[in-house]
Amino acid sequence: MATKASRSAARLMMAPAVILLLGWMLVPLTMTLWFSFRNYLPLRGGDLGWAGFDNYTRFITSSAFWPSVQATLIIVGAVLLITISLGIVLAILLDQPMWGQGVVRILVIAPFFVMPTVSALVWKNMFMDPNSGLFAYLWKFFGAEPVSWLSEASLPSIILIVSWQWLPFATLILLTAIQSLDSEQLEAAEMDGAPPLSRFLWLTLPHLARAITIVILIQTIFLLSIFAEIFVTTGGAFGTKTLTYLIFQRVLESQNIGLGSAGGVYAIILANIVAIFLMRIVGKNLDA
Amino acid sequence: MARSITNNRKALNTAIAWTIGLLIFFPILWTILTSFKTEAQAIADPPIFLFFDWTLENYAVVQERSNYTRFLMNSIIIAGGSTLLGVIIAVPAAWSMAFVPSNRTKDILLWMLSTKMLPAVGVLYPIYLIFIKMGLLDSRIGLTVILMLINLPIIVWMLYTYFREIPGEILEAARMDGASLRDEILYVLTPMAIPGIASTLLLNFILAWNEAFWTLNLTAAKAAPLTAFIASYSSPEGLFYAKLSAASTMAIAPILILGWFSQKQLVRGLTFGAVK
Amino acid sequence: MKLNAPLALAGAVAMTAASFAQAETLTIATVNNGDMIRMQGLTADFTEKTGHEVEWVTLEENVLRQRVTTDITTKGGSFDIMTIGMYETPIWAKNGWLVPMDNLSAEYNADDILPAMRNGLSYEGTMYAAPFYGESSMVMYRTDLMEKAGMEMPTAPTWEFIRDAAAAMTDRDNEINGICLRGKAGWGEGGAVITAMSNSFGARWFDENWNPQFDSEQWANTLNFYKGMMDASGPSGYATNGFNENLSLFQQGKCGMWIDATVAASFVTNPNDSTVADSVGFALAPDNGLGKRSNWLWAWALAIPAGTQKQEAAQQFIEWATGTDYIELVAANEGWANVPPGARTSLYENPNYKEVPFAQMTLDSILSADPTNPTVDPVPYVGVQFAAIPEFAGIATDVSQEFSAAYAGQQTVEEALAKAQAITNDAMEAAGYK
Repeated sequence: MATKASRSAARLMMAPAVILLLGWMLVPLTMTLWFSFRNYLPLRGGDLGWAGFDNYTRFITSSAFWPSVQATLIIVGAVLLITISLGIVLAILLDQPMWGQGVVRILVIAPFFVMPTVSALVWKNMFMDPNSGLFAYLWKFFGAEPVSWLSEASLPSIILIVSWQWLPFATLILLTAIQSLDSEQLEAAEMDGAPPLSRFLWLTLPHLARAITIVILIQTIFLLSIFAEIFVTTGGAFGTKTLTYLIFQRVLESQNIGLGSAGGVYAIILANIVAIFLMRIVGKNLDA
Repeated sequence: MARSITNNRKALNTAIAWTIGLLIFFPILWTILTSFKTEAQAIADPPIFLFFDWTLENYAVVQERSNYTRFLMNSIIIAGGSTLLGVIIAVPAAWSMAFVPSNRTKDILLWMLSTKMLPAVGVLYPIYLIFIKMGLLDSRIGLTVILMLINLPIIVWMLYTYFREIPGEILEAARMDGASLRDEILYVLTPMAIPGIASTLLLNFILAWNEAFWTLNLTAAKAAPLTAFIASYSSPEGLFYAKLSAASTMAIAPILILGWFSQKQLVRGLTFGAVK
Repeated sequence: MKLNAPLALAGAVAMTAASFAQAETLTIATVNNGDMIRMQGLTADFTEKTGHEVEWVTLEENVLRQRVTTDITTKGGSFDIMTIGMYETPIWAKNGWLVPMDNLSAEYNADDILPAMRNGLSYEGTMYAAPFYGESSMVMYRTDLMEKAGMEMPTAPTWEFIRDAAAAMTDRDNEINGICLRGKAGWGEGGAVITAMSNSFGARWFDENWNPQFDSEQWANTLNFYKGMMDASGPSGYATNGFNENLSLFQQGKCGMWIDATVAASFVTNPNDSTVADSVGFALAPDNGLGKRSNWLWAWALAIPAGTQKQEAAQQFIEWATGTDYIELVAANEGWANVPPGARTSLYENPNYKEVPFAQMTLDSILSADPTNPTVDPVPYVGVQFAAIPEFAGIATDVSQEFSAAYAGQQTVEEALAKAQAITNDAMEAAGYK
C-alpha cells in the first residue's frame, strides 16, 4: 500500500532517533566491552593492560554474584506481582461511581511523582526506623516489639518501597484500559446471572491483558536498574545487593573498572534473558 | 429502591477508595506535615499529627543553606529540555513506524527499549570520559542530551502507540485530496495526536525530573538539579527529620503540583495503546 | 534608566576586578557535616578578604566520595577543592593527583598542625591536604546513668568494664540502652568501629605478607564480644545504625554510653539539640590490656586536585578555612565549643578552649592513636581503622556487609568471618598482592 517514496521518507524520518540510539548504545557498549577485557584500576594508575577473560571469571565466581542475581529477580518479580494485582483492584475500584473520584485518583497517583531518593529517605527514616519511625510507634502501641525493618525484613522492605512508587503507574494504565471496557457487555453478563468473579475472570481480565503486558514490559526495564532505593536504605547489606548494585560497588567502591564493566556485560545479558522470557510469555499481546 | 442501592454502593465505594487513597498518600502527607514541625516534635513519642506549633523555620534553614531556585531552574531546564528534544526527534520516527510499518518495525521498537537495559553505573566511566573530552561536565546541555537519550525509547514507544490509534482512512482521504506529507503531519495528524503527545511530554518530564544517577554524577555546581539538592540533606549529623522533610517537600512540590493539575491529561494519555 | 543599570553594574564589576588582582569562582566539593555547613555560612568572610567567590557542592558522605573519586581518577576537573579524608589523601598523592601543600604562607603556620594529622595527610613527608577538622574516637557516657548504676567510669576503661557498665545501665522499660555502637555496613561506618575495636583485641586485617587474618582467633573474639555486648545492651536494630542514628539516639537520652567520633562531643553537649547536654562525661576508648586502644584517627581535609586553573585562589581558601583566624571567627560567632577541633596544636593551648569539657579528652585520644603502628602484631599497612591501600574501601565495604548480616542474626559470626576471609583473599589475589 505504501509507496516507494513514502517508504524512503519514512526511513529518513526514523533516522535521527535510530542513529542517536544506536550511538547511545554502541559507544558506551563498545567502551564497556573494551574495559571489560582490560585490567583497569584507576587508583593503581589506570589501564594496566590486557586481562583476557579474568574479569568475567572473577565477577561470576565471586560469592556475591548469584545472590545478587537472585535478589534482582525477587525484587522485580515481587514488585510486578504486587503492583499488577493491587493495580487491578485499584483500577476497578477507581472506575466505580463515587464521590470525589478526581481527588482519590490524585491521592493514588501521587507517589509516582516522588523522586526515588526522596521516597527511600522518607520510608527509611520516618517509617522504618526501629527507634523513631512511625511503624515502631505503631508496633509499640499494640504492645509489640518494634521491627528493625531494613535488617530483619530487608528485601520485603525494599519491595514495599519500590511497589509504593510503581503502583500508581500500573493503576493508571490499567484504569485507562478498564475505562474502555464495554460496559454493555458487562451488564449483559450481569443480567445473565454471571457471578462477579467469573465476570472478572472472563471479561475484565482478558480485556486487560494488553495493558498488563505494557506494565510488565515498562516496569521491568525500570525495576532491573533500581539503585537509589538500595543505596539509601541498606547500602547493599542484608541480602539486598542487586546486580546493578554489585556493579556499582565494583566500579565506584572498589574502583575496578574492568571488573565492573564485565559485570555490566552480565547485566545486559541478564536483561536480555528476562526480555526474551517476557516476550515469550506476553509478547503475543503486543501484536495487534 | 434501585437508587438507594446505588447510593449505598456509592457510599461504600467512596469510603473504601478514600481509605486506600489516603493510605497510599500518607507518606507524602506525613513528610509535608513533618516539614512544619521542630526537630524535637518530628520525633516526638507518641507522634503528633496536627496539633503542633507550625513553623516555617525548616524552610528558612534550607533556603539559607542552599540556593533552591537555582536547583529548581536546573531541574526545569534539564527535564523540560530533554523531554522537548526527545519528542521532536521521536515524532517523525514514531510517525513512520505507525503509518509506514515494515516487518522490522516491531524489532526496531524492542531494540530501542533494550537500550534502556544497559545499567547506568556500568557505563559511568565511558560517559564521564566522553563528557570531559567534549567539555560537557556540569553543563545543562550535556545532561539534557543524556536524559533525552535515556527516555527516547519510551517516548518513541508511547507516540507510536498513539499514532497507531489514528485511523488510516483519514490519512488516505487527506492524500486523495492532494495533501502533501507535510500537510498531512501538520494539519491531520498533529491535532489528533495532541493528547498523546501531551501525556508523553508529561510522563517523560516526570521521569527526567526524578532521574538521580546521571544528574548527580555529571554535575557539580552550575548544572546541579534538585536530585543533587536532596543529596546534601540526605544524612547530615544530628536530628534532621524536619529539615529533611522540608527539603524533600521542596524537591517534590513542583512536580507534584504539575502532576495534580495535569492528572486528567495523564490518565487519558497513559494508555501505551493498551486500549484497543 | 534601562541603559544605566547595566552600565552601573559593569562599572561595579570593573572596580571589583581592579581592586582584586583576579577574582575567581571556586567550586568546592564538601560533605554535609555540621562543621562544613558552618563553613559555608561564613563564606562571605572569605569573599570579603580575597574577592574570590565560592560555589559549594555539598553532598552526603557516600555520594561525595563516589563523586570526587570519579572526578579525580578521570581528571575531570569539576572541582577546585575537594574535601577528602586520611584514607584518600596518601593514595591520591601517590598517583600525583593532588597539589602538594608545601608553599603555604608563613602566617598560616603549618607547623601548628597536630603532627598526627599532618602525618596522616602526607605522602613521603609532604602534606597534600590541610586538615579542616580532625578526630579520634572516645567514650561518651551519661554521668547520671552511670551514677544510678553505681559505677564509676575510669579515664581509660577496659572492654570488660564497658560491657559490665552497659549491662548495668540498660533499662529496656525506659528505652535506655547501655551502649550504642555503629553496626551499619560501610567501611567508614560500622567497618571503622569494628576495625578500630579489633586492634585492641590484638587482631589485624593483614599479616606482613598481606594474608587476610579473619580466620584468626582475635577476630572471632572481637566480633563475638561486640555482638554479645550489643545483643545484651544495645538498641534494637543496631545493625543498621551509623553515626547519625546513634547521635540521634544519644541526644534523645536513649544511650548510656556511645563510643564514636570525638567531634560528636560538641553535638551531645549542645543544649539546643541534646536533651542530655548537661550530663555527658568522656573517657578514652576502651582497651584489653594488650597495649592498643580502640580509638581511630581521621581528618576531613581540603585538597587541591592537580590541574586546576585556580590553584592560587584555592590555596588562599584552604589557608582561610584551616587557619587560626577561621577558628577565632567561629568562636566569635558560635562559641568555642563549636570550632572545628583536632587540627591545630594552638587550639589546645588556648585558655578559652581549655574550658570546653571535651577538649582535653579529644586531644588525648588523638595523641594516643598511631596510624603507622596501629596493631599489636606488625602489619604492612598504614591506618588505624583502615588500611591505606586502594583496594581497601571496596573490600571493607563487602566485609562490613557480612558483619552487619551477622549482627542482624542472619548468619553466625563464624560464617561472616569465613566469608570475609574469602572476599578479602579473592580481592587481594586479584590486585596482585600474592
